[in-house]
Amino acid sequence: MNKNRGLIDFLFRISGIAAALLFTSLVLLVARANPLEAFANIFMGVVSTPIKIADTIVAWVPLILTTCGLVIAFTAGLMNIGIEGQIMLGAIMTTGALRLLQDSGLPPAVIILAGFLAGVAGGVIWALLVGALKFYGGVSEIFAGLGLNFIATALSLWLIFGPWKRAGVASMSGTAPFDAALWLPMFQGFRLSPWSLSLAIISIVVVFILMKFTVVGLRLKAVGKNTRAAIQMGISPSKYMLLSFILCGVFAGLTGAVQVLGVYHRLIPSISSGYGFLGLLVAMLVDYQIIWAVPVALLFAALNIGGIQLPIMMKLDSTLSGVMQSSLVFFFLIMGGVRKKLQRKEEKPSNE
Amino acid sequence: MNEFITGMAGVVAAATPVAVAVIGETFSERSGVINLSANGLIVLTAMVGFATAYTTGVVWLGLLAGFLTGAAAGLLISFSSISLKQSQVAVGFILSMLFRDLAYFLGTPFMVVPGPTVQSLPIPVLKDIPVIGQLFFQQNILVYFCYILITFSYYWIFHTRQGLILRGVGEQPTSAYSRGIDVNRQRYIYTALGAGLIGLAGPMYSLCVKAGWNGTMTGLDGIGWIVLSITIFGGWNPLRGTFGSVLFVFLQWLGLVLQSRWASVPSQVLQVAPFPLMILTLLFVNVGDTEWVTKMLAMLPRSVRGAVYRLIRFLRKPPPASLGVPFERE
Repeated sequence: MNKNRGLIDFLFRISGIAAALLFTSLVLLVARANPLEAFANIFMGVVSTPIKIADTIVAWVPLILTTCGLVIAFTAGLMNIGIEGQIMLGAIMTTGALRLLQDSGLPPAVIILAGFLAGVAGGVIWALLVGALKFYGGVSEIFAGLGLNFIATALSLWLIFGPWKRAGVASMSGTAPFDAALWLPMFQGFRLSPWSLSLAIISIVVVFILMKFTVVGLRLKAVGKNTRAAIQMGISPSKYMLLSFILCGVFAGLTGAVQVLGVYHRLIPSISSGYGFLGLLVAMLVDYQIIWAVPVALLFAALNIGGIQLPIMMKLDSTLSGVMQSSLVFFFLIMGGVRKKLQRKEEKPSNE
Repeated sequence: MNEFITGMAGVVAAATPVAVAVIGETFSERSGVINLSANGLIVLTAMVGFATAYTTGVVWLGLLAGFLTGAAAGLLISFSSISLKQSQVAVGFILSMLFRDLAYFLGTPFMVVPGPTVQSLPIPVLKDIPVIGQLFFQQNILVYFCYILITFSYYWIFHTRQGLILRGVGEQPTSAYSRGIDVNRQRYIYTALGAGLIGLAGPMYSLCVKAGWNGTMTGLDGIGWIVLSITIFGGWNPLRGTFGSVLFVFLQWLGLVLQSRWASVPSQVLQVAPFPLMILTLLFVNVGDTEWVTKMLAMLPRSVRGAVYRLIRFLRKPPPASLGVPFERE
């Protein structure tokens, strides 16, 4: 019986994926493109060369970092839509720290470490703003977060075109790149840094342990599942929700720092690259279980990298990756709902 | 002065899609369903409406296509959140992303091509009233439709039996159900209708206010989030919602005017000015409900307290009690 249910669950998951692929194919047909050709191009865009595989992992790192933070927030019942802005603030603060210290003569390792710390501080400040607006101002975290995202975008644009503009012309390409000594060391010939990869892996382990084996994780769950029961157990929900905002801000800040120190080596206008929103989709898809985020984030990162081929090879817009990612999560949710509905129907007669 | 009136007439025209979308969201939320997909939906229907009008050459078909796309999206949201009991916030957010990317992907062939637009239609006699005529009656037919919609929706929600049922379904679905009302059916209908109105806002932009489709440069990404917050600001009342929409567009206009006056302020800063204002207004209407304010108010002298409470009650309208909560027959 139990085994049977496991199989049924698995079949429903597969059917969610199939429905998403079918939907994407229909969208491609509407755009008068051959779906198989498009999927093949995306696939080849990921695996054809070692550089592309490495690029996929470069995209996987920030996605994992944001998902780590979002899983914590989700567990406490919070929808941290403000994560995009928190990443940007992290990137801005990292850039600020590097600009301040780059001519100080300190060893590069110290400057990079300071950059990371500043990034974390930036993410936490922006997350705490959302938390404060929610708990002391009664503003839903969704709207506070969204508003702060737009403000963070404006702030980074203003810095890039104003005080931090590149000598000569300010442009959308961002601030002047930092000295190569301040870059995170990379694998020879690739854009991938072993440091950021390790950071992602450590984050997964930390969040896994935090949620599974610690009192804090248990209490966050209690707050998210049933606020009233949590209060009766003597847990202060607002304290733990604020804590989850702070933790989420830490990971968002790390993401921003990694993008500046390890990928772009400067501040660019769209430094968050949508990884915050994509992380929200991943977190929803894995039902807040961090272990599953490892393969799912890899798939999403691969779709992002593979999608780059579409405009080159087929003159299609690369937003197809976004269509695939969000339809995958949507159909997964739908299939999950259908499954639960069928199971409820099955159980009802036996209860009576 | 004349320049100012022209500017204000522009504000009235630009506020109509916002107001129509806010009224749509108000209907949906009054019945208890949050449609968080509004942002993506407006972008998608702007593209669909423009593409339809461009292909057929008929403006009306574009508007209709927008409405129908919206209504279909509303049914999708009802199905997943009412019938399948999935989180409305999660479903809405996912669909918002999906709709937006879908619009950008499918809209490529229609980028930067000139298409049909809604023509201006001054109303005889009324248009000649000084100032008022210029502000309100030298507009296009969509603006006049919006006047009717505002009046009708206000009347419907607060002065008809149907409106009473709608409010009951959103506030106390259990007692509505015990009076023989099919709660979920009501929610399905109003969510679809509301999403249809939000879907109408898309082509109102692409065929009128911001004519054309320019992909990611269309500049509609973000409007839907504003619509959602104006719905809260408007206290789920079409009249207050309309006031909020006009206020928002007025502030945007003010930003543009100030930008030309103060060239030193970077344009990026004024472009996002509505968003901090959005946070501030939400803070303003909600802060009276928080614990620390309640505690502080309790310390005020009695004579002042009454006035402050009245002000807070005026600013803060509580959301429908069952907003976002699925209805279970027990």
